[in-house]
Amino acid sequence: MPEFETIDHDVLVIGAGGAGLRAAIAAAAENVRVGLVCKSLLGKAHTVMAEGGMAASLANVDDRDHWRVHFADTMRGGQYVNNWRMAELHAKEAPDRVRELEAWGALFDRTPDGRILQRNFGGHRYPRLAHVGDRTGLEMIRTLQDHAVHRGIDVHMECTVVTLFKDGDRVSGAFAYDRERGRFKVFRAKAIVLATGGIGRAYSITSNSWEYTGDGHSLAYHAGAVLQDMEFVQFHPTGMVWPPSVKGILVTEGVRGEGGVLTNKNGRRFMFDDIPENYRAQTADNEEEGWRYTQGDKNARRPPELLTRDHVARCIMREVKEGRGSPHGGVFLDISWIKSKLPNAAEHIKKKLPSMYHQFKQLADIDITTTPMEVGPTTHYVMGGIRVDGDSQMSTVPGLFAAGECAAGLHGANRLGGNSLSDLLVFGKRAGEYAAKFATARGTVAVDNGAADDAARFALAPLERAGSRNGNGIGDGPYQIQYRLQEIMQEGVGIVRRDAEMRHALETVLAMGRDAAHVSVPGNREYNPGWHTALDLRNLLTISEAIARAAIERKESRGGHFRDDYPDKDPTFATFNITLRKAADGSMQLERVPIPPMPAELKAVIEEMK
Amino acid sequence: MSTHTTPNTATFRVWRGDDASGQLVDYTTPVSEGMVVLDAIHQIQADQANDLAVRWNCKAGKCGSCSAEINGKPKLMCMARLSELPLDKPVTVEPMRAFKPIRDLVTDVSWNFRVKQEIKPFKPRKPDAPDGTWRMDQTDVDRVQEFRKCIECFLCQDVCHVLRDHRKHDEFIGPRFLVYAAALEMHPLDVEDRVADLKREHGIGYCNITKCCTKVCPEGITITDNAIIPLKERVVDEFYDPLGRLVKIFSRRKKDA
Repeated sequence: MPEFETIDHDVLVIGAGGAGLRAAIAAAAENVRVGLVCKSLLGKAHTVMAEGGMAASLANVDDRDHWRVHFADTMRGGQYVNNWRMAELHAKEAPDRVRELEAWGALFDRTPDGRILQRNFGGHRYPRLAHVGDRTGLEMIRTLQDHAVHRGIDVHMECTVVTLFKDGDRVSGAFAYDRERGRFKVFRAKAIVLATGGIGRAYSITSNSWEYTGDGHSLAYHAGAVLQDMEFVQFHPTGMVWPPSVKGILVTEGVRGEGGVLTNKNGRRFMFDDIPENYRAQTADNEEEGWRYTQGDKNARRPPELLTRDHVARCIMREVKEGRGSPHGGVFLDISWIKSKLPNAAEHIKKKLPSMYHQFKQLADIDITTTPMEVGPTTHYVMGGIRVDGDSQMSTVPGLFAAGECAAGLHGANRLGGNSLSDLLVFGKRAGEYAAKFATARGTVAVDNGAADDAARFALAPLERAGSRNGNGIGDGPYQIQYRLQEIMQEGVGIVRRDAEMRHALETVLAMGRDAAHVSVPGNREYNPGWHTALDLRNLLTISEAIARAAIERKESRGGHFRDDYPDKDPTFATFNITLRKAADGSMQLERVPIPPMPAELKAVIEEMK
Repeated sequence: MSTHTTPNTATFRVWRGDDASGQLVDYTTPVSEGMVVLDAIHQIQADQANDLAVRWNCKAGKCGSCSAEINGKPKLMCMARLSELPLDKPVTVEPMRAFKPIRDLVTDVSWNFRVKQEIKPFKPRKPDAPDGTWRMDQTDVDRVQEFRKCIECFLCQDVCHVLRDHRKHDEFIGPRFLVYAAALEMHPLDVEDRVADLKREHGIGYCNITKCCTKVCPEGITITDNAIIPLKERVVDEFYDPLGRLVKIFSRRKKDA
């Protein structure tokens, strides 16, 4: 029988990016025993990659900003299928969460009068993103990490959760292995917060690291929780496209916020060619006005490069498809042109976008102060996730909470840039608090030893399958299965979708589930990435199936979900969310769940901001 | 800056082993334009050695996970372009040597996390405005932002001879945490005093300013000149300059008020 260590916590937080850290800090403040599990080392989570900033209506740069404007912007960006309660709480609480970070040592860029500076970003009416150059995520995660380690939280680094346990209806713990030695751990917890981030590794072109295999989504789903909005995947319009080894790495929207423009091979600013109706009134209709907006002119409207990400990504796809792309299959993103507008433009660019300068210089031999970048869409974020209560962040499984990217609701069909970091803080805090309260109010839970043994057997199977000791995994190796899945999802359920292709992808994913059940890996349990990749496959396959099923069901185009066969928005699809849950027979069951009516005062806010 | 033409394949001499023993193993893998060492390691892992242990996350020089010694030089594998390495002979890839090996390219860096926890945390002065916020000049912020760029790759720790050769891990916190202490000490809002700790607990005196750490910092932080030397000066002021110390006590009281 496999051995395992049992560890008790009141609240177990799974994931240590912005949401997980904030949740752990909040739970610890309620005087409960908190455990924090990170898949990597502490401080390396994907939050570190966030560049642009965190959105909060501090109104430091433009005093017209207000939570009401932020709320309306978020709902408009999400095409009104958002959880309006979450959008409301987020807009109201984000400013306090940002100020709190400053009290914990974060050092944001400043306004001339010494307050937190805010920058423009796509879909935000006013300059709203508190930032630190283009490394805001690093500042945020380091601040949270350095604060958290003095809060009596038990941190379990390089530890991956394989399955959740339940005691009756209630979640009761988690089964995990440590990467270093491959030892098993059984966590017993009265409440669990999932904060595992996204699903980017289901696609071949992605800005996400190896960790983003939909673990939280899949753990929750298999524990009986409901997923929703899985058809809404955000393809960030600007990822690197050349050289091949860096394909997909993110180029921050901040480049456009600072005045960067998108052009095709003919030098045309094609974003002016297609401005959606619901954004026309607030979008500049000439280049000069767009430039003035990026330089803080309050009377100017924003340039079309700062339209929402879904729209910008599709415009780029159109240019490429119609033969007007750049040499390596993208378009040009040019910030160097501002030298015709600003003295010391090169220094200004290096100051405002230091990591972009560094990234292109080192990885692509390109100096962005003199030369346009080549960019194209990259899988970046999933709006869909675990269905939660807007106030408490509790899923449909008692005691199981979710926050950040793995939770659904706030962003609807499309997330605005900058709303992710604030999401992590606002709902990380809420999830941590409510989880601690739940843990305090409820009695102890038990973990069934039989379930732990089953989990251990599942985890060990790839190492024990025939051939694993002498074979080297070629053919049915875990990496090859993962690559194949990524190709299928990229081709079949990518930026532009069609019914037949999605059905084919779904069938292939289901067939791959059978292949993956036979995957074998060489080596032993000590720091064996092949083994880890094999165990992540179940999660990737689960969420890929969920994305495909939901995308087939939504026969319209909205936000991140674009269908060639249904290119228009259909108002009937604005009235419900698509949810998925595991049926008793183990199959994935889909349901259309009506969106509850919005209270009159929030409706009024949206009308007022139209 | 391509200094070498790219052949079709290259050989990587990768250290494989654990805490007990290990050896260099050669792997030949295809190479293509723009590749970095981490790409080659991933290819080898996918095709030839599924269990080759390596840490990585962002693949863009932002998370500081993939630190290694490439042809003997401490570097991030994700930022080490093959075009800047001679590929006519094997490229050696070894784990950081200042830390105990766990497996292959993965080392036990847990010591760093313990050290950080021993440094007194951030303690802000009272807010400047009635709404609980502060006012800071960008110029004051800039100085500390340089230190806060640190991605905790620990390459500076790896190359520091006090740690690497003399193994003074119990007495010296290393350049990374001197930068961390400097970021706190020079933070415009911070009122904590870490100077005595720096001298007694953190062993700042061990640093003899060889600047090896500055040379390997992938973020270009001027570790020695901007962080360590000013901290050393504070230690000198506090412990070897009685008059200056008196003045400091007074000014600090004012700052706290």
